[in-house]
Amino acid sequence: MHIQPILAALRRHKAGTVLIALQIALTLAIVCNALFIINQRLAHIDEPSGVDEANLFVIANQWGEQYSTQEAVERIEQDLVTLRQLPGVQDVTSSNNYPIRGISNDNFITMTPDQRAPTSDAAYYMGDANFVRTLGLKLIAGRDFRPEEVQNQGLRQTVDPSVAIISKAMATKLFPNSDALGKHFYAMTPNPITVIGIVDVLHRGDVSTWSAPYIGESMIVPVRPADPYGIYYIVRTKPGQLAAAMRAAPKALYAENRMRMIDPKDGLLSFAQVRHRAFESDRGMAILMSIICIVLLAITAAGIIGLTSFWVGQRRRQIGVRRALGATHRDIMQYFMTENLLISLGGLAIGVVLAFGLNLWLHIHLELKVLPLTYVLGGTVILLLLGQGAVFAPALRASRVPPIEATRPA
Amino acid sequence: MFTYYIQLGLRSLKRNPALTALMVMAIGFGVSASMITYSVFRAVSGNPIPEKSSQLFVPEIDSWGPGLNEKGEPPGALNYVDAMALMRAHQSKRMTLIYQIGLSTLPRDADSVPVASNGYAVTGDFFTMFDVPFLYGSGWSTADDDARAADVVLSREFNQRMFGGANSVGQKITLSGHDYRIVGVTKRWNPSPRFYDAWGGSGFGDPPDFYLLLNRALDLHTDNVGRNSCRGAITYNGWDQYLQSNCIWLMPWVELDTTSEVARYRNFLESYSADQQRAGRFGWAPNVRLPDVMTWLDVQHIVPPESRISLIVAMSFFIICLVNTIGLLLAKFMRRAGEIGVRRALGATRHEIYAQYLVEAAAVGLTGGLLGLLLTAIGMSGVGLLFEPEIAQLAHMDLSLIGLTLVVAIFATVAAAFYPAWRAAQVQPAWQLKSN
Repeated sequence: MHIQPILAALRRHKAGTVLIALQIALTLAIVCNALFIINQRLAHIDEPSGVDEANLFVIANQWGEQYSTQEAVERIEQDLVTLRQLPGVQDVTSSNNYPIRGISNDNFITMTPDQRAPTSDAAYYMGDANFVRTLGLKLIAGRDFRPEEVQNQGLRQTVDPSVAIISKAMATKLFPNSDALGKHFYAMTPNPITVIGIVDVLHRGDVSTWSAPYIGESMIVPVRPADPYGIYYIVRTKPGQLAAAMRAAPKALYAENRMRMIDPKDGLLSFAQVRHRAFESDRGMAILMSIICIVLLAITAAGIIGLTSFWVGQRRRQIGVRRALGATHRDIMQYFMTENLLISLGGLAIGVVLAFGLNLWLHIHLELKVLPLTYVLGGTVILLLLGQGAVFAPALRASRVPPIEATRPA
Repeated sequence: MFTYYIQLGLRSLKRNPALTALMVMAIGFGVSASMITYSVFRAVSGNPIPEKSSQLFVPEIDSWGPGLNEKGEPPGALNYVDAMALMRAHQSKRMTLIYQIGLSTLPRDADSVPVASNGYAVTGDFFTMFDVPFLYGSGWSTADDDARAADVVLSREFNQRMFGGANSVGQKITLSGHDYRIVGVTKRWNPSPRFYDAWGGSGFGDPPDFYLLLNRALDLHTDNVGRNSCRGAITYNGWDQYLQSNCIWLMPWVELDTTSEVARYRNFLESYSADQQRAGRFGWAPNVRLPDVMTWLDVQHIVPPESRISLIVAMSFFIICLVNTIGLLLAKFMRRAGEIGVRRALGATRHEIYAQYLVEAAAVGLTGGLLGLLLTAIGMSGVGLLFEPEIAQLAHMDLSLIGLTLVVAIFATVAAAFYPAWRAAQVQPAWQLKSN
């Protein structure tokens, strides 16, 4: 295939050539970045929480009366007994927060009491001796809390926990070169905290971008939040009994003490709902970007078909001449396919620059990560195939132009 | 002549239905993607209080110091000690302090269970500073603040739930076991973004249920349920020690009418910080800021990144659709080179050809705009799938959006037609006639 005559012909269709190339370039820039955003968001949605999501639900319990610390403790203990007695319930715990709730509760972590720049900003869970077991966390080293270690924390009180269970991610961040078990750290506490256990995975309470450097860095302290506001009950059910237990739990709690508030909208959530809510905006972005990608590729393909069809129509006579001079169907097909390939390659060369340019802008202004080369390569391949696919039908039509066209006036 | 062009345009659109449909779809999809994302962006990035946004300021004081503050910037709220000091200083025309609280309410029938209600503890100036509209009664005075009165203002929605919408001013309401006197009921008021709580909250959401007198809330140890941020080792034990801690949680706002007042207030913040440094409370030089509403919203990144990214991507998508349209219009117009040649030979001027094809493009734009309108309406109902509920509910189709959709579609298409129409007008009559 000779490229020279194709280039010569393109020079006579500068506007059309430039438009197709430009469209391919812009499409590449958008598609690469959109695919990258989709992939990032999907990865975020799939982040493991570390808990037994299929069998867990959460009750956000606010008190209807102003309880003193002691009153709150008694109520909580009573509630935990009530919940545990429900059929299908395997375990119950209470906490100040739970993984992927969407809102963080975190403490700066330092290795010495007067260190200024923190080593981590870890999620801070207050749990009792049932916390690890109820959530289904995997304790990979050390031990769980003992009931007598759990302290109660009233309104704006500070209890000074001396032990903690931390996630593996946090252990690795704090003690990269050694076993974290038995070591000490500070979590905005006046006294050191000793690591007594390590759990495999425990997601933070939030799923925000700001906490990405601390992803998976979580700690549990043996504390029961007993302030006048309220508490989260996390309930683990036996397999298959989640729905029934979720229906029974609020009824049982209200029957025991009606001076409480469980919000009808989001006071009772299965963990599947928790996950759904946490990643709503990520899912939305992935959907929007997918729609835009698909429509964009369709429109670009349609545009190529439209302009190429026009060219074929315009050149019927020249095609006829070539056919009369001995060019085969194949030669004509190849001519248009190659023409599209050349325009596409030109467009893609500009597109690569635009793709990285757009990514740079998004990176600087909107904290998008740097676009990996694979996305640009993938996008290039997609668009080359798209171009070749789009040009196929008009090229086929061109190849069927009979040699007799050469004799007809244009 | 214009109507003749329109007729010609419509006839020509019918002649290549596939090409025309393609252009209309490109314009329709492009404009609707832009409009859907724009409607969300418009809602989250707008000025929530346009009449006063340049008179309302957030006094920020660096109470944490280098290494603990936010990359050199003072934290976004005040601790109790500094907040109260600013209140007592009376250096601005008006000032309020705000924090978020959650209380229980017991509906009137004895069998019912308590319901959660959310609101803000504020000072009396809150209502005058932010031009809160009242349905019944009014806010409370500074004297009531000083008297630490048990006053509360209900929102219209909450008054509807609790009192069936009746004028409840003067009545008593029990919140978390304490009685309060209702002094006012607001009209529907939910500035979006909720600038006054941009540091503590997401900036969007349902309107609050009530506004409680701050001093009373503090007296009753009503805890802050919004954002709270502390530095260093936390050692406070109990409410009173918490108030003295370095934890920030009170959101201050001041109203300053003139640039000289702003300058004076900034000087006051500087000298206050310098006093604290001299007194040994701050171990660093004064570091203060005084942003107005829009600057504050910008600093707090109130516009979700998703909204910006989707707007940018959707607009780029529209641009590609337009490039596509330029190409297709070129193909469409040039296909009729022969016809143009005949018209030119019969005396039509270049200018007339140019006008005719621009009108034809405008017809494509209008059709594309109508399709875009339809797609936007469909997209609006699905916007809940794309954005978080509290943000999605802000996006809505109104007259201005409908108008904008059509105008943008027509203008963009006509702009896209400039070059193809110019090419059409350049057709040499002699050439075309000869080859025919």
